[in-house]
Amino acid sequence: MSGSLTVRVRRHVVDAEVVVPLGGAPVTALFGPSGAGKTTLLRCVAGLERPDPGSLVAFGDEVWCDDDRHVPARSRRVGLLFQDHALFPHLDVDANVAYGLRGVPRSLRGERVAEAMATAGAGHLARRRVRELSGGEAQRVALARALAPRPRLLLLDEPLSALDTPTRSRLRVDLREVLVRSGTPTLLVSHDRTEVLTLADRVAVVVGGRVLQVGSPAEVFGRPADAAVARVVGVETAAPGVVRSRGEGVLGVEVGACRLTAVDVPGEAALGPGDEVLVCIRAEDVALELPGRAGASSPRNHLPGTVTAVAVDGPLVRVDVDCGFPLAAYITRPAREELDLVPGSAVVASVKGPAVHLVPHPQ
Amino acid sequence: MDWQAVTVSARLALATTAILLVVAVPLAGWLAFSRRRWTVAAEAVVALPLVLPPTVLGYYLLVAMGARSPVGRWWQEVTGSTLAFSFSGLLVASVLSSLPFAVQPLLAAYGGVDRRLLEASAVLGRGWWGTLGRVALPLSRAGLATAAVLTFAHTVGEFGVVLMVGGNIPGVTRTASISVYDSVQAFDQVAAGRTSLLLLGFSLVVLTLTYTLQRRGGPGWPRP
Repeated sequence: MSGSLTVRVRRHVVDAEVVVPLGGAPVTALFGPSGAGKTTLLRCVAGLERPDPGSLVAFGDEVWCDDDRHVPARSRRVGLLFQDHALFPHLDVDANVAYGLRGVPRSLRGERVAEAMATAGAGHLARRRVRELSGGEAQRVALARALAPRPRLLLLDEPLSALDTPTRSRLRVDLREVLVRSGTPTLLVSHDRTEVLTLADRVAVVVGGRVLQVGSPAEVFGRPADAAVARVVGVETAAPGVVRSRGEGVLGVEVGACRLTAVDVPGEAALGPGDEVLVCIRAEDVALELPGRAGASSPRNHLPGTVTAVAVDGPLVRVDVDCGFPLAAYITRPAREELDLVPGSAVVASVKGPAVHLVPHPQ
Repeated sequence: MDWQAVTVSARLALATTAILLVVAVPLAGWLAFSRRRWTVAAEAVVALPLVLPPTVLGYYLLVAMGARSPVGRWWQEVTGSTLAFSFSGLLVASVLSSLPFAVQPLLAAYGGVDRRLLEASAVLGRGWWGTLGRVALPLSRAGLATAAVLTFAHTVGEFGVVLMVGGNIPGVTRTASISVYDSVQAFDQVAAGRTSLLLLGFSLVVLTLTYTLQRRGGPGWPRP
């Protein structure tokens, strides 16, 4: 699929514009705090809400909505995964999944249902009653229902937020795999950082009804365009890496030219050697020292690097360091003076193992 | 007991219920799900027979069906008989006067259907009729049953409109409720008492049935 989805929506407080490429990177996330207008954008794309005059929703060359026309939701051929699944309670699992297959010959429907259920990991739930499903199971069935008609675009509205924490962390990785496997361009709405880091290839940060920054998760989380985005994303470093070792409660991760140690947190999605991850580090958790003076305390990651930027940010100073991957650190003003940091200075960044947060992110 | 009148009442109630269910299912759907503001006015018109004196409704219907009205003339040309004082005329009047009894329970039931289910249906490619038939109606079965029971019961009990439009023709337009009135006028207390007792028992059964359906929350409704 080439071309792009153009979304320029004005509705209530929302005045946002975002262009989503439909080829290549399959998952784009609209990320922002609750009430930012993300769901309104999604509903306008789905055709469930009609935006105010001056808006445009176009799928490639096909205009879905502008001042003159409004293609109804039923004709857009999109799949929508609702926050609380919205499964039809009076139909069983199979009938739910087959609901959107009206145009498919009857003889092929069973096959299509089975195919969608297998893709969504819901194959074992066939013929079950909707009321008997757990939250995670209902989510899989809802995903199968959305995928069965082979939509041109998949829309996910906070897909994991209705689930309990253990189910959520398990399903996050599964969902990413399903989305990659299905190959359907996907627009995702979420206020959950981990969800976005796991699922998305591109992130559009939505704050106060406006799209403030669009980029890869590493870009958006690592180099927020402005203070508003930085406040929303909360994580300053998000670099792609690969797990290389696991044992004795720690994970060894290769990031760029560096090797980091992270704590293997039980209960979260199990990671093993070869798994691709995003390495997330909050700038407050990074300490800077001068080379040669770095302490030898064992649980720390010591990363030699070069200062690339120094910026005062309120009471703190943000220092960007290139240590084989971009790493941000917050230090106090006296510390900055003591270390005499300017761009080009050589430093050693120290990060405790528990401060290295790994988010599974299969490519 | 005037079994002939009871039979007319039963025929009238069955026909009215059948017609009204066909009419009320989409009409209530339109009133419940339309976002246009003037549906409120339409809702008021539909509810009018609830508050209007039956004689007033009957008067207007009689005028509308009379030989001087376009509808009355057209009917006479097509069928060769008058609409007023016939079973067909009685049926038309009955459908209109019982309309709110069919629409209101469905309206309430549709109102309880989760909007996201309707949206899910639309995104999955179903139009208005498809969503109504496959999602809204199956989830409103209790409302549909209540609508049917109340319509049937109200038609059996209707007096004013029936007397105005149908007159009192034995075997054609004389219903059970008119038969009671007739018997009392003729000092036939025994016949009046029997028919009244039948209608009393019937009404009690109907109400019990209605409340049972409502208390069960209806089959197929999601349980907490």
